[in-house]
Amino acid sequence: MQVLIIGIVIGTVYAALALGFSLIWGAARIINLAYTSFYMLAAYFFYVFCSLLGLNILLAIPLSILITTFIGVATYKFCLERIRAHEFVVILVSIALAFFFEECVLSVFGYHYHRVPPLVHGYQELFGVRVLNQYFLAFGFCIALILGLWLFLSKSRTGIAIRATSQDKEVVNLMGISEKKVSLVAIFIGIGFVTISSVVVSPIYVVEPSMWMHPIIMILAIVVLGGLGSLKGSLIAAYILAFSEVAVVNWLPMGDFIKGAVSLLVMVIVLSLRPEGIFGVAFEEERL
Amino acid sequence: MTKKIIIGLAGICLLVWGASWGTAEAKKAGVKTIKIGVAGPMKTTAGENHWRGALIAQDEINKAGGVLVGVVKVPIELVKVDTNEELSVSDAVLAIEKAASEVHFFVGTKRTESALAMQDAAMRYKKIFIGCGAAHPELCVRVAKNYDKFKYWFRVMINSSFMGKVLFLHLADVGKIVREELGIERPKVAVLADKLIWADPIVMAVEKNAPKMGLEVVGSWRPSANASDVTAELAAIKDSGAHIIFQAVSGPMGVALGKQWGELEIPAALIGGSSYAVVKTFWEATGGHGIYVTTQTGLGPAKISEKSIPFWDTFVKRFDDFPGYTAVTYDAVYILKEAIERAGTLDPDALVPELEKTDYTGAYGRMVFYPPDHQFAHDLRFGPGYNTWVINQWREGGTVRVVWPYGWEGITYEGSDKCMLPPWMVEYWKKKR
Repeated sequence: MQVLIIGIVIGTVYAALALGFSLIWGAARIINLAYTSFYMLAAYFFYVFCSLLGLNILLAIPLSILITTFIGVATYKFCLERIRAHEFVVILVSIALAFFFEECVLSVFGYHYHRVPPLVHGYQELFGVRVLNQYFLAFGFCIALILGLWLFLSKSRTGIAIRATSQDKEVVNLMGISEKKVSLVAIFIGIGFVTISSVVVSPIYVVEPSMWMHPIIMILAIVVLGGLGSLKGSLIAAYILAFSEVAVVNWLPMGDFIKGAVSLLVMVIVLSLRPEGIFGVAFEEERL
Repeated sequence: MTKKIIIGLAGICLLVWGASWGTAEAKKAGVKTIKIGVAGPMKTTAGENHWRGALIAQDEINKAGGVLVGVVKVPIELVKVDTNEELSVSDAVLAIEKAASEVHFFVGTKRTESALAMQDAAMRYKKIFIGCGAAHPELCVRVAKNYDKFKYWFRVMINSSFMGKVLFLHLADVGKIVREELGIERPKVAVLADKLIWADPIVMAVEKNAPKMGLEVVGSWRPSANASDVTAELAAIKDSGAHIIFQAVSGPMGVALGKQWGELEIPAALIGGSSYAVVKTFWEATGGHGIYVTTQTGLGPAKISEKSIPFWDTFVKRFDDFPGYTAVTYDAVYILKEAIERAGTLDPDALVPELEKTDYTGAYGRMVFYPPDHQFAHDLRFGPGYNTWVINQWREGGTVRVVWPYGWEGITYEGSDKCMLPPWMVEYWKKKR
């Protein structure tokens, strides 16, 4: 039972983090490895506003989200947009950006560990398993975000344009839709996704400069396993990997430290059976 | 009268000669200052403590005139050597290589994996290196096995074998408290240690010896030292019915563990060793949920020696933090000072035998090194009458109390207190009964 409960809560957090990344890939064709550094930056802004400056939590949250999303979009606009045709260069530049942001945080705050206050305190016991109320809140938030994204992509004109762009950029341009603008909107939503997730999830963890590293590895595994650009695939893959991790902790405690590697092994096994991922397409041409 | 004048003149000549000899000795070594490289991961708590401990020693010694080399007093100058050793072994080695030409001695280091490589580099340059953080016995076993190469290495903290012993004794104490207060005949223990080599002997020893102590080991969890979430581990441990979580953690995972354990009110005492739990930032990072966590360290607010409380107070006043075990650089600098003054030179080959004779009572207790023919050559001597280390427990308001030794071999340092079980744990198990 605890594998199920803990797997669901951790999987939902992974899903919330991965969906924005998947959206950015789908619409803008960018593998932005600096993506989770915005997760880290939002947590630090939240820490500064809330814990250092003593702002009200309800003010600190939107401020952290807005500032970090602005930095994320500006990073895309000034550093990644002009090179986005060169995928390999984008990967290198974005990883450099991630380390740049980490170094910035490190030089200001040092390698110390901080805490941001939870929005809700305490825990609940479900079938003998204790889960923090903040986890439930994060779970609810993530579900709301996922549903919101699904509604946005399926019902709104901009959402449909994003989906169309992710399927065929050339045709979208021929139809009079600015693919550049659509990509920018997708970037905005994707970064917004990760910053919102950050302020909800970071109170569960400890805020520190390298907190972006583990999530980016998990996200890469999730989006590859789910099929690059497939939101549905990312959602399912997030739960597969979360359950793998929790299962290792429960059934192989001495091998706990390899839980990340085991979830990556699950990814390798699935990809060896289905190279395009669970919901991916085998060839780009299939998108046509 | 003439005789007296002659004797007086001879005395003056002798003094002048002595002074010039001392100056010559100091000059020969090119010494205007004694440069001590404080090597540690400076952006982390451990490195900060390395630096802060040495800084207090430097200021005190220089204020008193410096270190007597021959008959000349020479001031100490600390050089910050940022090793980044918790993240990169190669960075650590490069930092030592770079600083070796600049400094006379090294003190510091934290992570054994890096310390082994840093030790190699320092020995190549024949630099005396006093270890103040890395705990694996191998660092001193190397001295015993290859004395000529590694004789310049000393360590002023107990090695992880002795740490394991201290942790065992504390585990036995807590087991006894669980039996007495909760009426549980055979308390269950979950081991939670990060996957680093220093913790391996401790985990193996607990698994082997706990049953002999009337305890049952329900499992050993070995997450990554950098894990930021241990929710799954804590859920599994609670499910195992453990009464005690025995932690051996040197990585940042210890902070997440203390925080999530307290937030979830896991009904098991969290005891043992956690490097990041020795300083005040632990209290802040856990939001106070780290209360009742116990952790092994070199010093606490108790009278281990006459110097302990004054150093503790000076450190807290100056840095608004508690001194961690890596701030033992304070004692390391004094040990170097005394050895230099006995040898009258900075020559490492002349200093090694003097360091081997060390019997110094510092803030962290008595410092005596094992002799070169001992399996732990140049390691800090552990035991009653020597150095014991301590276990601190977090209490209300972010204070700490020494809870071990508490009667072990008749030792109870003034200011110590009995270890407390978390109230939610007591309530949970009493309800279960």
